[in-house]
Amino acid sequence: MTEAAKPPATAPRPAGRAGRNTELPEHLKVYKGIWVFVEHDRGHVNPVSWELMGEARKLADRLQVSVAGVLLGGPDEPLDAFAREACAYGADLCYVMRDPVLKGYRNEPFTRGLTDLVNAHQPEIMLLGATTMGRDLAGSVATTLGTGLTADCTELNIDGRALAATRPTFGGSLLCTIMTLAFRPQMATVRPRVMAMPRRDDSRTGPVVEMRLAMVETDIVTKLLEFIPDASRDTVNLAYADVIVAGGKGLKNADNFRLVWDLARVLGAEVGATRAVVQAGWAEAERQVGQTGKTVRPKLYIAAGVSGAIQHRVGMDASDVIVAINTDASAPIFDFAHYGIVGNAMQVLPALTQAFRAHFERRVRKTA
Amino acid sequence: MHIVVCIKQVPDSAQIRVHPVTNTIMRQGVPAIVNPYDLFALEEALRLKDRFGGRVTALCMGPPQAEEALRKCVSFGATDAILVTDRAFAGADTLATSYALAAAIRKVAQEQAVDLVFTGKQTIDGDTAQVGPGIAKRLGWQLLTYVSRIADLDPDAQRLRVERRAEGGVQLLETRLPALVTMLEGTNEMRFAGMDDMLRAGRFQVRKWNREDAGIEDPGKIGLKGSPTVVSKVFGPTPRTERADVEALADSRVQDVCLNLLQKIFTTHPLLEEELVDRLSA
Repeated sequence: MTEAAKPPATAPRPAGRAGRNTELPEHLKVYKGIWVFVEHDRGHVNPVSWELMGEARKLADRLQVSVAGVLLGGPDEPLDAFAREACAYGADLCYVMRDPVLKGYRNEPFTRGLTDLVNAHQPEIMLLGATTMGRDLAGSVATTLGTGLTADCTELNIDGRALAATRPTFGGSLLCTIMTLAFRPQMATVRPRVMAMPRRDDSRTGPVVEMRLAMVETDIVTKLLEFIPDASRDTVNLAYADVIVAGGKGLKNADNFRLVWDLARVLGAEVGATRAVVQAGWAEAERQVGQTGKTVRPKLYIAAGVSGAIQHRVGMDASDVIVAINTDASAPIFDFAHYGIVGNAMQVLPALTQAFRAHFERRVRKTA
Repeated sequence: MHIVVCIKQVPDSAQIRVHPVTNTIMRQGVPAIVNPYDLFALEEALRLKDRFGGRVTALCMGPPQAEEALRKCVSFGATDAILVTDRAFAGADTLATSYALAAAIRKVAQEQAVDLVFTGKQTIDGDTAQVGPGIAKRLGWQLLTYVSRIADLDPDAQRLRVERRAEGGVQLLETRLPALVTMLEGTNEMRFAGMDDMLRAGRFQVRKWNREDAGIEDPGKIGLKGSPTVVSKVFGPTPRTERADVEALADSRVQDVCLNLLQKIFTTHPLLEEELVDRLSA
């Protein structure tokens, strides 16, 4: 992604301006296939890897190439089981590197391992989750290989034979499509929940290709002394919540933000917030939905006093049902919400809470 | 100790507007600030300087007006400030940016060896979080991203211990200097710059380096030429074809509007109603 100021075009424009890298050299044309880095830690694969597998499958079918899952880990970790799972979610084969130094993520051995795998097997596209592990690794591998990397993509497509990766830019007010035309592999990271979870098909199987890591513990400077698991893992699980009630700056103050909590309690929902709300200190940072917060795709998303700026929208517009409450009838949120109430959230939220409570009391009693 | 803190001047994104017709960014009047994430990096570096002595050099690549952002760093306590600025850097993506900054760090290190580089975890305009890792790889230094706490630093033994945020927990890592650390937000609170500090910063001579000063010999590695990624198009978000089913509070009682809404949602999405009832009964 462009870091320095680059003037945005007034309209979509084709790639290939003077000074740009647009021609793929002959020796890079042999790079084929799509890879997904399968991220796992302490016995669990991060679901974002399977979400990416589903996306990789679609891209590969358009390019008529294969999808490979890439697994690095310790010899006592269930990498073979993860590889079978990768195939069930869409991979045709898996590359596996197992070594004691690969137990527990560390930048140095993982960068070396993944870089060596890429150089040996030459994929044209490589996708990683935009997690603390994926971002740490992707930036390192792309720099080592000298290739292009597009971070936090919200859409992946094929244009010609190249990956067209779309992401929000300029603080999220616009979207831009970025391509790596003259280098391989084309790398991209995608945040959890941006892509849908594919269907699992356990009848799908594929071979495992092993490769050895050319590194031993004494080569590695950084030591992992300890892993301290979060005490309360389930306090805020926004990304995978089914129902979210979110509040924005339209609620005016922290006191009014409690109305969001009231409705959330009645719905058994998680509470989300915009960046402005988090910056104002009305909600914790873990509750931020949007480009610099969490991406969510709940079945029901109720947004109160949220204007719907693109940086918030990209974090939630894959929700099944979006309900917006805003005083401004021309607020952008009404462009992508499914249902809306034009009115003061401080007035609507208590009434909505009451309506849901009454409705569920009737229903829950009936089913009991 | 010599610590370099890489910062970026960014537009205050909360105030960016998009022109409704041309879809271009309206930058006029949008104040430029030091990337907020970088302030956590600067404060952490200043704390280490307070404890162990030495220097903190603030380093920034950007247009000439980014000098202001560096002055801000000086007001907080940075010992030195260098702006790497040259038209040749324009259009740089993260790979080209990390090349230029790594070159500048090598150059600064010729004046006094650098032990640590700090950066924010990401910028608020690019949001990529890639430049930090890129610089570390180009320097061949140890990389520690998303650091939530400097647990221990022993400058004599060149040993650093940090807590790094990972998915579902925190890694306690030990490494050797030199290293690059990207600081997580909320890890410290920026100190206050008083009137004297601001006056001193106002008088401070920010050093300006062009491409040659930064020790970059190959112009093919920087700017557009050094950037493997190409922006193929920029566009505004598209509205859904169907607009929201909207009711206005002005037209009827708030209770009626809410009951209406519930009925509409649950009639169109009966499964959602069943699931909510199941969850609440459980």
